Amino acid sequence: MPDVIPNDSVGLVTPELLHFDEPLTLRSGRVLPEYDLMVETYGTLNAERSNAILICHALSGDHHAAGYHSMDDKKPGWWDTAIGPGKAIDTNHFFVVALNNLGGCSGSTGPTSINPETGKAYGPDFPIVAVRDWVNSQARLADRLGIQQWAAVVGGSLGGMQVLRWSIQFPERVRHAVIIASAPKLSAQNIAFNEVARQAIAKDPDFHDGHYLEHGTIPKAGLMQARMLGHLTYLSDDAMRQKFGRELKEGKLNYSFAPEFEVESYLHYQGEKFSTRFDANTYMLMTKALDYFDPAGDFNHDLVACISRAQCKFLVVSFTTDWRFSPARSEEIVNALMQADKDVCYACVESESGHDAFLMPIPRYMDIFRAYMTRVANETAGGGQ
Amino acid sequence: MNELRDDLKIIQQWIKPDSQILDLGCGEGSLLRYLEKEKNVRGYGLEINPDKITACIANGVNVIEQDLDKGLSNFNDNSIDTVIMTQALQAVQRPDLLLDEMLRIGDEAIVTFPNFGYWRTRFYLMLKGRMPMSETLPYNWYDTPNIHMCTFRDFEVLCREKGIRILNRTVVDDEHKEHWTIRLWPSMLGEIAVYHITRK
Repeated sequence: MPDVIPNDSVGLVTPELLHFDEPLTLRSGRVLPEYDLMVETYGTLNAERSNAILICHALSGDHHAAGYHSMDDKKPGWWDTAIGPGKAIDTNHFFVVALNNLGGCSGSTGPTSINPETGKAYGPDFPIVAVRDWVNSQARLADRLGIQQWAAVVGGSLGGMQVLRWSIQFPERVRHAVIIASAPKLSAQNIAFNEVARQAIAKDPDFHDGHYLEHGTIPKAGLMQARMLGHLTYLSDDAMRQKFGRELKEGKLNYSFAPEFEVESYLHYQGEKFSTRFDANTYMLMTKALDYFDPAGDFNHDLVACISRAQCKFLVVSFTTDWRFSPARSEEIVNALMQADKDVCYACVESESGHDAFLMPIPRYMDIFRAYMTRVANETAGGGQ
Repeated sequence: MNELRDDLKIIQQWIKPDSQILDLGCGEGSLLRYLEKEKNVRGYGLEINPDKITACIANGVNVIEQDLDKGLSNFNDNSIDTVIMTQALQAVQRPDLLLDEMLRIGDEAIVTFPNFGYWRTRFYLMLKGRMPMSETLPYNWYDTPNIHMCTFRDFEVLCREKGIRILNRTVVDDEHKEHWTIRLWPSMLGEIAVYHITRK
């Protein structure tokens, strides 16, 4: 709840719902006849339309990347640490576009939207979307905004996967790709975590095979478990030790099964908060998009051949204690880029925060990010490539 | 363009135009930038110092954060024309293995390092009985990053043992200047050597 809006904030922002009535054929073969995308923008598009940055969100993100919706907001947008006047993605230079992806639950067409063919909410019948489907829908958004080529496409985690996909799917429409704490595909361990999360939701009696809205319930316990599991994989052992240690809520053991350690009540709080704001079918669908992502799959599993299609320059960043998307996974991307003779800068930032580090204002991370984006801005201002 | 360091001037004469370069310990990327501009090379620099990495990014140099002591297994055989390493050979854990790696990846390599057989160094040890310190070697024995000091002769013996061919050698003073007096007795009078080597 800001008493005054900070100087380096984009300030009060209002999202906009854009309707698209051209059908979108999805990777699964199914077709979305029409759809809406909830979009937020910050900064001003220049006359040449050359200063646009696309922000791709991760698993639980949305279009609200920066600023505040009202003076009553407790927190700014999810990547406010990186987007704003004078910040790494400087809105004095750039026109920043953030959207809620298809299948989301923050305003864009997704499982809670009405299926025009049935007049009822899609629920579990919403088609499973792939990262490439998101990129296709984002390209249509770019068309709508009159942006032929992004100065940069930027994202962390699942967002980074969209960036990688952009670079090979629309090579001529991306000048710079910024891929943070991401991977060229999920590992078996990652898929396993996602499956445990999905099972927690699916086995909740309130889930009703995804038709919970018709039953007037939500699978709160399942969502909570899924989020708790997810959350602890985003933190590092060090971060949890520092943040909670073995601190007890009441200072003593009660010999009960209620949450006694601080870390337990923290996870409960995070899970509780998430379960009231996030849609279970969206969570199922987003984790599937993560699992399916494997762009090299279309190139005989040769990531170098895959990435050779790209024409943009790359910045890749990883974090030392991130074990969900470890530095080694980012380095797979970097090595493929070098073998494909692409321009790439790579940094592995020291951090204790695990995967969550990509959302934090870690000084070295922000220095790197700012240095790279300043280059992007200078090129844009110079009108050169 | 900033004025180029003199050792970089010597190196650039051995770089073929339009070639692929890998610079181990690339610093702020001044050599790569110069070679990109003057010789139209394509290249990557490896570095571990955070400030230097950020400087490379700001300078538009392709920098990769990578620790040379952890090897170069992510680079394919013969994938690079020239692998360069300036003033880092003496600071890595296994200079011999790194040399092997450089010539596995690259057709040619260029290496520069300080000469522990420089006359002042020899006299320092002989007269004071202590590990030599100088402008080129400003560290104490216990905190120096230069853990594998060698003389020009040591290096050349290692090359011979490994079947590495020395294509060129330039010996300079601490300001990387060539001088006729150094040529009289390079292993005694030279402070820094620049070697151009290959396995072919």
